[in-house]
Amino acid sequence: MIEIAINKELLGSHGAMTLHVELEIENQSFVALSGQSGSGKTTLLRILAGLETAQGAISVDGEVWLSPKKTLAPQQRGIGFVFQDYALFPNMSVLDNLLFVRNDQSLARHLLSLTQMEELASRRPNSLSGGQKQRVSLCRAMMNRPKLLLMDEPLSALDPEMRTRLQHEILMLHREFETTTIMVSHDPSEIYRLSNRVIVLKQGAVVNDGDAKSVLLKTQGSQKFSFEGELLDVVKVDVIYIAIVSIGQQIVEVVLDESEAKELQVGSTVSISTKAFAPIIQSVKK
Amino acid sequence: MIEVFKNLDLSPFILSFKLAGTTTTILFVLSVFIAWNLSQSRSKFKPIFEAITALPIVLPPSVLGFYILFTLSQNSPLGHFFNEYLGIKMVFNFSGLVVASCIYSLPFMVQPLQSGFETLPKNMLEASYIAGKSKFTTLFKVALPNIKPSLMTAIVITFAHTVGEFGVVLMVGGSIPNETKVASVAIYEMVEIMDYTTAHIYSGAMVTISFMVLLIVYVFNRKQSRQIGGIA
Repeated sequence: MIEIAINKELLGSHGAMTLHVELEIENQSFVALSGQSGSGKTTLLRILAGLETAQGAISVDGEVWLSPKKTLAPQQRGIGFVFQDYALFPNMSVLDNLLFVRNDQSLARHLLSLTQMEELASRRPNSLSGGQKQRVSLCRAMMNRPKLLLMDEPLSALDPEMRTRLQHEILMLHREFETTTIMVSHDPSEIYRLSNRVIVLKQGAVVNDGDAKSVLLKTQGSQKFSFEGELLDVVKVDVIYIAIVSIGQQIVEVVLDESEAKELQVGSTVSISTKAFAPIIQSVKK
Repeated sequence: MIEVFKNLDLSPFILSFKLAGTTTTILFVLSVFIAWNLSQSRSKFKPIFEAITALPIVLPPSVLGFYILFTLSQNSPLGHFFNEYLGIKMVFNFSGLVVASCIYSLPFMVQPLQSGFETLPKNMLEASYIAGKSKFTTLFKVALPNIKPSLMTAIVITFAHTVGEFGVVLMVGGSIPNETKVASVAIYEMVEIMDYTTAHIYSGAMVTISFMVLLIVYVFNRKQSRQIGGIA
């Protein structure tokens, strides 16, 4: 069990704010940490790793990591950390990157075979692709069999296909090692696939906490399905108006009447949902 | 012509390289720690230490030489201490030259190392700490092996700069053959006694050696930057 109760003054992108988080995280759970940029996700992760200071307390299975009296150094926490930009050691081969953490040949070989990186064991990190580098980083983080695995947007620099592959590998490692994991992510499919709990931060505070389905699902009431997107343009065609909305990687058109067209602002976030057959378009209060 | 070369006294060059080698070795050991601490420091006093280490670049060698002479002479407490308790005279001999050169060339070793350390991604060092490694291990296993071009630059420039020093050496060491008469001082003397042939040979040798040294650095750094292609 990880118990977190911390406070930290931050200078975020929206001016000064307080990161105030009180959480209890069960062992072996996979937590996705979500929220807009500047909401304090990365800072929370770095505080857990001991890379930044904070007021308050953190304890892991009864061991005190942070208290008003002491701060345990990152070296002594026994964690794994996966950075978005890999942070591999360029002067060491793939295998040596792993062995640097702990000189355990069999574990290193095992991790590399799980992630299909065995053949690249003697290569230098700079000769690898982004996906391969992140696999090395993931294996390296597992080398000291961490009590807690922290991942800061590990897959956001990768293309969608590579993401899906690595998601499967992360899941596989999580099942095998049963490591308590906290991962910062923005990708709903990633969150849904991997996590059993989603925590949403906003302005330094937890605003939503639940399983992936309840946090991510946007439909309300009798809506059958609902998407959020950005209103790109409203075009007048004869007597009707057509809204052009970007949802994820796609662009859709929705027919509007004049009054609806006047209410909507280009650039705003809208939700598109249907009850029966007619799509309903409405502004989303932010 | 051959006679001239045969009778040429090479001892000033040997002394110059001995001084440069000793200075570079001492400074390297010291500066790795100074540069590492400066690069990792977030202290508000950091600019003060940076200014102190950079001071020898801007000070006239005569100012530096005067203070070193003053501090190391037997009339000063430090010079008195060395002479009385350790039996070492610190001025007008080789040990005095080494101390003076270390001060004079300090920025040329510290600054390339510090900027090398500062270009290392913070995450990479943090990954090492998280892996349980101390700052010391991180410095020698992760930081130093990844700043090879800066290491090369720092070592070679410090060496070359020490070979090329003149003012400080003259003030602290004078011109005692085989003890403090280094190449640059020897050239000065040759010109003074109007022995232009020897002055030409010495100067020509200095230009050639300096050029070769710099060329090696630039060729090495070019190769390194191609091989590494940035930090992963």
